[in-house]
Amino acid sequence: MLSKRVIVCLDVRNGRLTKGIKFAGNKDIGDPVESARRYYEEGADEIVFYDITASAEKRGIFLDVVSRVAQAIFIPFSVGGGIACLEDMHAVLDAGAEKISINSAAVKNPQLIAQGAREFGSQAIVVGMDVLAVPKTSEIPSGYEIVIHGGRLHMGLDALAWAKQCQDLGAGELCVNSIDADGTKDGYELTLTRAISSHVSIPVIASGGAGCPAHLLDALTTGQAQAALIASIVHYGQYSIGDCKQYLAEHGVCVRQTW
Amino acid sequence: MLGIVDYGAGNQTSVRRALDALGLSSTISHDAETLWACEGLLVPGVGAAGQAMQQLRATGLDGLLRDAAKQGKPVLGICLGCQILLEYSEENDTRLLGLIKGQCRRFSPDLKEEDGRPAPVPHMGWNTLRSVQTDCPLLSQVESGAFFYFVHSYYVDPDPSQIIAQSFYGHAFTAIVGHEGLWGVQFHPEKSGRPGLQILKNFSAYCRKEEHHAQ
Repeated sequence: MLSKRVIVCLDVRNGRLTKGIKFAGNKDIGDPVESARRYYEEGADEIVFYDITASAEKRGIFLDVVSRVAQAIFIPFSVGGGIACLEDMHAVLDAGAEKISINSAAVKNPQLIAQGAREFGSQAIVVGMDVLAVPKTSEIPSGYEIVIHGGRLHMGLDALAWAKQCQDLGAGELCVNSIDADGTKDGYELTLTRAISSHVSIPVIASGGAGCPAHLLDALTTGQAQAALIASIVHYGQYSIGDCKQYLAEHGVCVRQTW
Repeated sequence: MLGIVDYGAGNQTSVRRALDALGLSSTISHDAETLWACEGLLVPGVGAAGQAMQQLRATGLDGLLRDAAKQGKPVLGICLGCQILLEYSEENDTRLLGLIKGQCRRFSPDLKEEDGRPAPVPHMGWNTLRSVQTDCPLLSQVESGAFFYFVHSYYVDPDPSQIIAQSFYGHAFTAIVGHEGLWGVQFHPEKSGRPGLQILKNFSAYCRKEEHHAQ
């Protein structure tokens, strides 16, 4: 049976992690390649790198990180942040990533999803959705609205309708990030995760809010997600990927436990 | 030296990186002579069967692979490179190399997982092997229960004698196909962590042994 996935997210700025990661031994590691290698060895099923570099000139540094990661880990990884056209997609895939994650660029230009899927196949195109809970209106019947720029810009787009549109355009996966839950460590937004998972047939990755392994279990069972994205709970050494997976396995979730 | 067959439809570089990490020397080439000089051939592949076969024929490398199979030069096909070893694919109604008896079929869109949840196509993610022929040299030192990374919409449906291991997605399907020296793996060993790297290592060891016998 296909396993559920635990995906680790790393934020990269100017070729370094935005915050050092505490691995066993309390050693802070700021190098994204070394961190990726450690998570690969600790059993991550996939890794996502977000490039939050401000300037286009620094793009080359990030692509260098991607190609060095590709030499160090032998699991799939995806790359997001600042990808706005087919050329950008080509560059990260050529550097060795399996998948591209697009977010605001897809909202602004939905055809980018279709173009990417045609060029590289649906399996390579992940659409990241930042979602905010809002009062239900005729425009936003689900009460979940798509936002961009970290939640600062409301797009007047219903999250459920957008999810379906992404699937129809050829997205291979959706990464559903709740802006409300992000950073709270109170758990994923399960109502949202479940609403989207049951609305589309492509895999949904739950994102935002993980504080402990039980939250992953909730996202993968109640939330019906195929994968759970984690960051700070493993970055600060609170839990290991092994802890998360063991907990999931003990509660009947099929996860990859040997690597 | 392992030869990675470059026919313009592949993830050659990711296979190359995995071999590099294992300290195994390899060459990515579309030159028949260079490839023939190698101990064994890896056939990667992503994309569609029709286009892959077209490119294989255009480069003349279809003949090389047929000769390799005939003369016992070890071949390992990966993903689409595994599927093209068979006779026919439903994808683009394509005649394949015909080195292994059987066909490639598309996963039905209304499949259900064992827990009753829908099993969307493509089958993408980590899955285990079952009903494994444990004496296959490719699987030496691969733990039972190991997971492998799959991304595919079509699967091989070979003559039962050619099934080495199965996996399950909506129904049982063949994950490793072939017979000694001519193998195909539906998953990506270069993206499957340590068990995947072990399979590449085993293939290399097999090639080296065969080369040694031949000399």
